[in-house]
Order: sequence, then structure tokens, then C-alpha cells
Amino acid sequence: MIGLHHYLTLSAILFVLSIAGIFLNRRNLILLLMCIELMLLAVNFNFVAFSRHLGDDTGQVFVFFILTVAAAEAAIGLAILVVLFRNRRSINVQELNSMKG
Amino acid sequence: MTFQAILFYLFSVVLIGAAVGVVFARNPVHAVMFLVLAFFQSAMLWILAQAEFLGIVLVLVYVGAVMVLFLFVVMMLDVNVEAVKRSLTRYAPLGIAVAAVMALELVQLIWARGSVKDAGVAFAPYPEGYSNTRALGSVLYTQHVYAFEVAAVILLLAIVAAITLTMRKRPGLKVQNIARQVAVRAKDRIRVVKMDSEKKR
Repeated sequence: MIGLHHYLTLSAILFVLSIAGIFLNRRNLILLLMCIELMLLAVNFNFVAFSRHLGDDTGQVFVFFILTVAAAEAAIGLAILVVLFRNRRSINVQELNSMKG
Repeated sequence: MTFQAILFYLFSVVLIGAAVGVVFARNPVHAVMFLVLAFFQSAMLWILAQAEFLGIVLVLVYVGAVMVLFLFVVMMLDVNVEAVKRSLTRYAPLGIAVAAVMALELVQLIWARGSVKDAGVAFAPYPEGYSNTRALGSVLYTQHVYAFEVAAVILLLAIVAAITLTMRKRPGLKVQNIARQVAVRAKDRIRVVKMDSEKKR
């Protein structure tokens, strides 16, 4: 039957894939943001699986808060990205080598 | 193999395929679409695990709002796809090697460390008449109500931050100053002059 181990395995694979994505897409900032979203999803999988396994609903409440924070993070990250693109005409990470405003 | 197990494997394969699509997609718009698919499959899997409320929230909030925001920004930025395409290969072997090692270790650990009798045990089904939404709500609004309010403040912060970051004042833009218009009084605009009447010549 499908239980905790299957969900944990799936979440591990998802997490590792998103880490590979961060390694691979080192140029495009927006793809990095998407990989972070995928990573948070993998973490949420763990919370849901353990919540169901232990029969404690608090884990699912925690997922709710992670979703909230992730949504806020995505909104602010994309806003920074838009400002960056407006100033530099590029979102290439390699070209962002100056801290000067 | 039960019907639920078949569904789990089906959703998992599609989910992993979508994640691979996000990582390896050349076009950012395709990557966002794959991410939407991945979130949708995750919602299906959560509903399969009887966490219905979170599954529905994931579809409504994530697919409905956050992914649309991503798509909006990707399309607005008009990124040069060709320039991004060339740079993929340099770190690919290292990245894939690190990911493979980590995946191997994690999966091994999960199956070796977890007690063997737990390995094939399904989640205990909820009793008849159980409502996931009601259960989550009753915990969320009592034990975790402060955290809930902090979450609301975080969302407000995100709104304010996003607006202040992206709002720009263009020089030379002709706009009306509403505050000054409203604050104006009659004596600012007309001047009553007292003078003697003059004789007709």
C-alpha cells in the first residue's frame, strides 16, 4: 500500500530535481525562483505525509503557513525582478556583478 | 495493486516529469506551464492522501494566483531565450552528478531508516463523517490564531513591498494634485475689490 515512505521518496526526488535546476539554470533568475517554489513544494509534501502518518493536523496547518510565506516571497521576488529588469534590461545572474545602485 | 496505488504512481510520474520539464525547459513560458502542471499533480496527490483542504488551496492560490503572476512577469519581461539557451551545458554534468548522489542517499535513508513494518502501511483512513476543512479550521482559529494573524501581516507586507518596489514616478508627467484641488477655498481663487464707483464720462 501507499504510505509514508512512498510520499517521502517522491518528495526527496522532487527536492533533488529542484536543486539540480538551481545548478543548471544559473543564468536565468526567474527559473531560479521557480526552482525555489518547487523546493518548497517538496518540503510541503513531507509535512503532509508526516501529518497523515502521525494523525496530527498541525502539520497541515504548517503547510498552510508555508504556502502563505511562499506566496509573499514570490510576489516580492518578482517585484524585485521587474525593477531589476527595468534598470539593467537583463535578468542574467552573471551580469549582476555590481552592488552599486 | 489497488486502484489508489495505481493513481499514486500515475500522478507521481506526471509530477516528476513536470519537474524535469521545469528544470530543462528552454523557454521560460514552457517552464511556468510545467510548474503549473507540477502544482496540479501535487494537489491531486494531497487529495489522494485525504488532505483535501490543502489540495484545493494549492490549486486556487498557487495555480490561480502565484503561477499567473509568474506567467505575467515572464511575458512582460520578454527575456532573450537564445542567450539563456547557450549557458545550460557548462554546469550540467556537475549539477546532475550532485543531484544523483543526493537522490540516491535520501531514498536509501528513507527506506533503510524507517522501520520495516511501517514501510508498506497506508495512512490510517479518517473516520466516517470526518471533514478535513473543519478539522484544520478548528485548529487554525484556536491554537494557531496568533500565527494566523502574523500570516495576514506578512501578506500585507508583501502587498506594500511589491507596490513600493515597482511604483515609479516619471519626471514631467502631467497629473492633477487632488489634495490641493480639494483644499482650495473660494478666497484663494477670487478677490473681492472694494472701490468707489466711477462717474460716467
